[in-house]
Amino acid sequence: MTATAPTTTPKRRQRPTQTSRSAKNRRGVSGWTILIVLAGSALLMVFPFWLALINAFKPSAEYIADGPIGVPTELDFTAIIDFWVGVNFNQKLLNSIILSGSVALIAAALSLLSAFAIGIGRIKGRVWILAVFMLAFTIPQEALVYPLFVLSRELNLYDTLTGVTIILAVLQSAFGTYMLASVLGSFPTEVLEAARLDGASRFQILRMIVFPLTRPTLAVLVTFFFIWTWNDFFLPLVLLPSAANQTVSVSLGALSGQYTSDPTALAAASMAGILPALIFFLLFQRTLMRGVNIGAIK
Amino acid sequence: MTAVTPAPTAAASRTPSPGNKKTPRHTARESSRGYWIYLLPGAVGFLAIVAIPFGMNVYYSLTSWRGVGAPKFVGLDNYVRLVADPAFWASFLHSIAFILAMAIIPTALGVLLAAVLFDYIAPKFGSRVASILRATFYLPQILPIVVAGVLWKWLYQPQYGIINTTLDDIGLGFLQQNWLGDSDTAMLAVMNVLIWLQIGYTVVVFMAGLSRVDPALYEAAEIDGAGWFQRFWSITIPQLRPEIAVVLITTSVAALKVFAPIYVLTKGGPGTSTIVPAYFSYSNFFTTTQVGYGAAVATLLALLVTIIAIVLLRFQTRNAEGFEK
Repeated sequence: MTATAPTTTPKRRQRPTQTSRSAKNRRGVSGWTILIVLAGSALLMVFPFWLALINAFKPSAEYIADGPIGVPTELDFTAIIDFWVGVNFNQKLLNSIILSGSVALIAAALSLLSAFAIGIGRIKGRVWILAVFMLAFTIPQEALVYPLFVLSRELNLYDTLTGVTIILAVLQSAFGTYMLASVLGSFPTEVLEAARLDGASRFQILRMIVFPLTRPTLAVLVTFFFIWTWNDFFLPLVLLPSAANQTVSVSLGALSGQYTSDPTALAAASMAGILPALIFFLLFQRTLMRGVNIGAIK
Repeated sequence: MTAVTPAPTAAASRTPSPGNKKTPRHTARESSRGYWIYLLPGAVGFLAIVAIPFGMNVYYSLTSWRGVGAPKFVGLDNYVRLVADPAFWASFLHSIAFILAMAIIPTALGVLLAAVLFDYIAPKFGSRVASILRATFYLPQILPIVVAGVLWKWLYQPQYGIINTTLDDIGLGFLQQNWLGDSDTAMLAVMNVLIWLQIGYTVVVFMAGLSRVDPALYEAAEIDGAGWFQRFWSITIPQLRPEIAVVLITTSVAALKVFAPIYVLTKGGPGTSTIVPAYFSYSNFFTTTQVGYGAAVATLLALLVTIIAIVLLRFQTRNAEGFEK
């Protein structure tokens, strides 16, 4: 499709970084207007973050007197500390890290095994199997939650991180299987043939050839599973009722009902929730952006 | 980008056609059979976490059960009751508002923003400026939805929330509202949060899509004297069609399943003015403990989402085939 487009001279391809003078000439009034409008809307998008930041560290008296917009005249950690200690936020962070970490690893391992059977093994009916796996990912969790609630109580897994780990790992591996199976489906057959001729068993092929070569994709999956689990709310809300087992999201969700008398309390709670998300984003930025793009095309 | 994750059809096309079955290659067949064991953990997990629970949920939907004791089989009574329940209809009607807020509006704004950033800001002010702006629009996406909910609940707070205090400060105090507590504004307030959350996703996806487009297309159009809007209509939109379709369908499915923002912001209220199917079934399960009734809602929601998901799978497969050509 794109091949029909006429190729142009390299001169037109030059980007403004090189042709600064002509680019500047083309900017014009309308160019600056549009830039200002865009920058203004971008600022509006991040304004809630800014408000949370300044008000989380503002003395409540100052908030009551001057409102939310002003920058605090003194740093006050009362609201943050009250929140942190009040909900035992260290515990929630630890729970979230344990849950997200184990879900991510188990889900990636499950995905790799299933995708190995589907993409490399080319087992019969794999298209249908993949379709069924995708149902696991798209089905609303409301249609599973009550039975899972009943079953986990019977198996003594209710209100345990173990129970939620198993459930979320299986649900997320459905997506991982779908993604990995298509990656493995185009795995170079010559490599596999050569390994088989050398007498490699299926497990050896998985461990020594497929696993090392798919490690970049697995890294994307692990990152995504970690973030998804961190952000997940519904099943942890239902299956982890006791304060000692709650995750960050669940504890914040539980807070939103109460706590409205002190104006800086919710800002502090938001800030506590924003911080880990921001850290993960900065750490995993590239992987996430790549994943968003892969996910959209897939 | 399609090369990174070829769709499953690419895998299918490599397999021997049915005609080859008559000349079995023993080694290939035997090895294929041995792979089933690798599917076992995933299959057991699927049965235990998805298939059996879903079956149980369908069964519950045919019973009257308060969560304790034995469920009483009542046939389709719950479904009959649902049809006559205004809250049920309200919840599915509100789904349309959420499709608007999570799928349609963010997609429209996302295409426009991506095109402006890619085809206007980047050439004039450099790709640095464009990618900084893109990152800024993306920022809300990094938040757990619950955190976004808590944050906005605070902004909407009627007494000390910034929206009302600012209105007061600029002399528009009469416009003050109990944004989340008034049934006239609650839905719009929730929709606003979701649009804020979703725009970053669509902008990033569409900008990635545009980077796939051959720059020669734009350059040729520019030489031919096409203005920015002409390029937008005749190049950007057609070229982004695969991304637009996929984003619209996936975000619509997400909109049908929306739960956390409602739980945090309004709990479906006031009254039923922001109730959605997911929250409606949740509150039947765990607040009013009408398990059978909640299960019926959940089953219907699952059916609806599955039908849309199948459409999505079909579409993706067809789309991928198009790329193969």
